[in-house]
Amino acid sequence: MVEWTDFERATIQDIFSKLDYETTGRNALCRCLVVYPWTQRYFAKFGNLYNAAAIMGNPNVATHGTTILHGLDKAVKNMDNIKGAYAELSVLHSEKLHVDPDNFRLLSDCITIVVAATMGANFTPDVQEALQKFLAVVTAALQKQYH
Amino acid sequence: MSLTPKDKSVVKAFWGKIASKADEIGAEAFGRMLIVSPQTKTYFSHWSDLHPGSGPVKKHGKVVMGGVAEAVSKIDDLTGGLAALSELHASKLRVDPANFKILAHNIILVLAMYFPADFTPEVHLSVDKFFQNLAWALSEKYR
Repeated sequence: MVEWTDFERATIQDIFSKLDYETTGRNALCRCLVVYPWTQRYFAKFGNLYNAAAIMGNPNVATHGTTILHGLDKAVKNMDNIKGAYAELSVLHSEKLHVDPDNFRLLSDCITIVVAATMGANFTPDVQEALQKFLAVVTAALQKQYH
Repeated sequence: MSLTPKDKSVVKAFWGKIASKADEIGAEAFGRMLIVSPQTKTYFSHWSDLHPGSGPVKKHGKVVMGGVAEAVSKIDDLTGGLAALSELHASKLRVDPANFKILAHNIILVLAMYFPADFTPEVHLSVDKFFQNLAWALSEKYR
């Protein structure tokens, strides 16, 4: 089981309570699709992903970014059993979506960078540590059911 | 994933914008790396103080960004241009090259924090590729 300090728990709750899911989700997913263009392989049905402007303006990207971020709520609410909470989603990503788990790491990095840019000075090194640890635990849970 | 002419011009233009804050960015990124990825502290056990904002950390952040500046100026031949630095990291410092990625991530994060409007996804793409190529050039002499 993952050990969380009081600071880490409070920090994660704080970040997500203040999060603008729509803006952050869209910006993080867009950044991922632009910076790591091979991730676009999973979004053939999204329409125009031809360049950064198209990706940024694509309503499917915006919607999906929000969906992904709300998917993190499961972990925020179940910090003591993230592995259990993500069992179904892990099966989904493995069996149905066939997503290479390395993509979870790439998207996590983009989420971290977008949250950092939004929070500015409040995104201290300790806050960064907490968020990166949280996203790493979620990523590991999402990989758990792959076989 | 080698640098296209567009990547090079994007990196040089962005560097022009941020160069005046390079030391600060280096200190911030380096300090963050030591906290967020504590295994990186193993290379600095001989320092008196590893806290962000401390003398040794700020000084070393400046040194690192000096290296990045050199890489920007030699962007057309990173392997040749960084040969001496590669030799240093390979033979003397013996830093595991996996750490170059960790430091690059923190520099990119600090760039996004300090220049939210300028560090667009397209700039991020070119800068990420630049750091990847820089790391590769820095690893050249390892074996």
